[in-house]
Amino acid sequence: MAPLPFLGVSLASAAAVYGAGIAVGNEYLYFASYTVAQYIVLATAWNILGGYTGYVNFGTAGFFAVGAYTSVVLHKTVNLPLLIMIPVGGLVCAVLGLAMGYLTLRLRGVFFAIATLAMAIVLHTLVVNWSFVGGARGAYIIRPREVMFFASYSEYLFAVMLLLAALAVAIARWVERSRLGRGLAAIRDDEIAAECSGVPTLKLKLVATTLSGFLMGIAGAPFPYYVSYVDPAGAFNLAYGVNSIAMPLIGGMSSWVGPLIGALLLGTLQQVATVTISSAANLLLVGVLLVVFVTVAPNGIVGLLQKVRGQSGARKKQNG
Amino acid sequence: MAEILLSVVGVGKRFGGFTALEGIDFQVRRGERVGLLGPNGSGKSTLVNCVTGTLRNEAGEIIFRDERIDRLTTHQRIRRGIARTFQIPRPFASMTVRENVEIALLYAGAPAGNERVPHGATEDDAHHILEEVGLQAKADERSGSLTQVDLRKLELARAMAAHPQLLIADEAMAGLSMGEVDEILALLMRLNQAGVSIVMIEHIMYAVMKFSERIAVLVAGRKIADGDPQSVIADPEVQRAYLGE
Amino acid sequence: MDVTLNLLINAIVAGILLGGFYAAVSIGISISFGMLDIVNIAHPTFIILGSFIAYIVNLHMGVDPILVTFLLSPAFFALGVGMYSWYYVAFERRGREALSGLAFFFGILFIGEVALLLVFGVDYRTVNAPYIGPTLEWGAFNLPLRLFVPFLVSVGMVIAVQLFMTRTFTGRCILAVSQNQMALQLMGANPQRIKAIAFGLSIATAAVAGAFLIIIQPIEPSIGREYIGRVFAVCVLGGMGSIPGTLLAAIILGVAESFTATFYGPSWAPAVSFGILLLTLAIRPAGLLGR
Repeated sequence: MAPLPFLGVSLASAAAVYGAGIAVGNEYLYFASYTVAQYIVLATAWNILGGYTGYVNFGTAGFFAVGAYTSVVLHKTVNLPLLIMIPVGGLVCAVLGLAMGYLTLRLRGVFFAIATLAMAIVLHTLVVNWSFVGGARGAYIIRPREVMFFASYSEYLFAVMLLLAALAVAIARWVERSRLGRGLAAIRDDEIAAECSGVPTLKLKLVATTLSGFLMGIAGAPFPYYVSYVDPAGAFNLAYGVNSIAMPLIGGMSSWVGPLIGALLLGTLQQVATVTISSAANLLLVGVLLVVFVTVAPNGIVGLLQKVRGQSGARKKQNG
Repeated sequence: MAEILLSVVGVGKRFGGFTALEGIDFQVRRGERVGLLGPNGSGKSTLVNCVTGTLRNEAGEIIFRDERIDRLTTHQRIRRGIARTFQIPRPFASMTVRENVEIALLYAGAPAGNERVPHGATEDDAHHILEEVGLQAKADERSGSLTQVDLRKLELARAMAAHPQLLIADEAMAGLSMGEVDEILALLMRLNQAGVSIVMIEHIMYAVMKFSERIAVLVAGRKIADGDPQSVIADPEVQRAYLGE
Repeated sequence: MDVTLNLLINAIVAGILLGGFYAAVSIGISISFGMLDIVNIAHPTFIILGSFIAYIVNLHMGVDPILVTFLLSPAFFALGVGMYSWYYVAFERRGREALSGLAFFFGILFIGEVALLLVFGVDYRTVNAPYIGPTLEWGAFNLPLRLFVPFLVSVGMVIAVQLFMTRTFTGRCILAVSQNQMALQLMGANPQRIKAIAFGLSIATAAVAGAFLIIIQPIEPSIGREYIGRVFAVCVLGGMGSIPGTLLAAIILGVAESFTATFYGPSWAPAVSFGILLLTLAIRPAGLLGR
């Protein structure tokens, strides 16, 4: 399917979920679905760099929080509509991704990974020391009382995040099948051989970090409105870092389907576990699942499905 | 005599205290077949890496088609017409054989400056190249599972996809049987007849002598001989340093 | 004496003392990351684990925290050997350490933190030892024993590791692994066994350093995160696997953090290590004493 029709399908799916959501009309359902959709964006964003290019970003929480705090700053200064804040948050994170990439991507991949982890911690420190956005105490965001076309602000946020998830998935799929995506896959497989096949590796890696950062930023931008109260501990929660890695790894990293499956499964599971067990226990579950999957099923659920299909179809004509 | 395609002038490279290359002068003319000999650790691979940009030379200049290229990145040099194969094959292991070739076609196969490849063109081109090297039957196999000789062929196919004017074949025949060596030799000959200059780095003397119009010898980072194969092989210094050890 | 000068001298002293401790927490990462090329980002988890074990034993039996972790170091060593075996079978042998291996350690880091959080909660914990309260004073010059004792033991531990690496056959094998696996096989040693020993040593030093940590400051499970930036900054700045470099880099970091805390406020301290890490990567990735 060509990119544009796929975007149509993707948006239609999001609209269908939205329709089902308002048919039920439960505020808690909006909140839970918002979180799952937010994880679809984060996992998809992470996978553009991690899965397609082979560079591990541990700093998802940092990007997410920068997106969120960009909205806080905008809210306190010019108070733009949310739909404008989202691309602004994305752009700020895109620049951050570009800067991180420029500083560390000429070195070995592990240095990039370590730098992203440390970066999240430093950004955390910066925000804690920045009294304008509330420092360690955090900041309250007053939601607009009503919003056009929607019954409530929660419903509006739910719709916005579904839209962002649909866009993120369509972008990831487009990247995957484009010349860019082929170049990224070559980098992942063998960077020196890629360069010797004419692939401008540094430029492509920078494009990937920038795009990945942008998508993480747009996932974070509506966050202050979602929680009404944002503090560094919440915005920089390591859970974002772990989930954005665990979801693609568990789903499968080689295509756009993997992060989507991973986010739907793990995101839903956590929503259920938070209600039924405790929030700390469900984070432990994510950690354990991550370790188990990387050890025994490195290609994730998609890889397992391909294996099963490969075995059953082995007698038929062999097809890569 | 044909024009000079590649000119390496006074190139030097050090790793810490170790001098890997010193004062290397080396030229390749258009359409020429050159053998590059030297014992292990003599600097052959370092020279290849300096020419392709995987390493940066510290002294000297590298000129390709009248342009100084030694401050360009590797992919820029590849796009200007220099391709190489790797001593130890480096396939894109998660891709099929065809996709491996398509990467080079997509990123280096277009004429210089033209970034866009017409849609659908790459698949046909990949097919032709795979046919040329004899891998068309394995086009849809995963490159990670190829045999040694097929990996060597894939290396060549990927280099050919970059439409090079100069191909550096770094031990493209190591570990192959006699029959397979002849197969690769014939392939390189055909490429050369199509106008591609070839530098062959090889330990298999039979292949080097059969293939090369000229031979250069490196020992301990210096060039000790450069000339027609018979006289280079007869050179007492070459015999002492390399062949007779 | 001038107040600023006074502050300055005490900041330098505190920084050097802190630096000695940073060397102890980082020496393990210099072994695992610097020498074995294993990117163990879960290293701080083992530091915190050591802290909590020292805390429990100290609380219930009153044993000196440093003594506790030294006595238990064979168990930590065995834990490290077990971890390496897992890592080797699942990732290194299959050439998957770059992505899956990194994710694996990230998972371990996370599991460790959450598990400790479930058991101990978010309260800050402290230990009791006779040297935690007193401070030696000479005029304006302060030497808190709470920092001085861990400093002495840390430096002793670093020197012991350096002697082990250079004077024993096993130690020289570990150094050989970091340079050339072929050379190691010529020495007749099994690389996996040597790496398992080295990784065990790396985890044991982390856990022992955990006791120093809980003496220096009260701890809670998520404090480990601050040490990710620190240990990698020290390892990279020190030249990836150079033990003298590790000590030097740790002292530089300690002094830099101490200055920052004194003149700008302690809440800025975690940013220092990241600054040093990024600067090193941008300017001299080989580190101070790099090969």
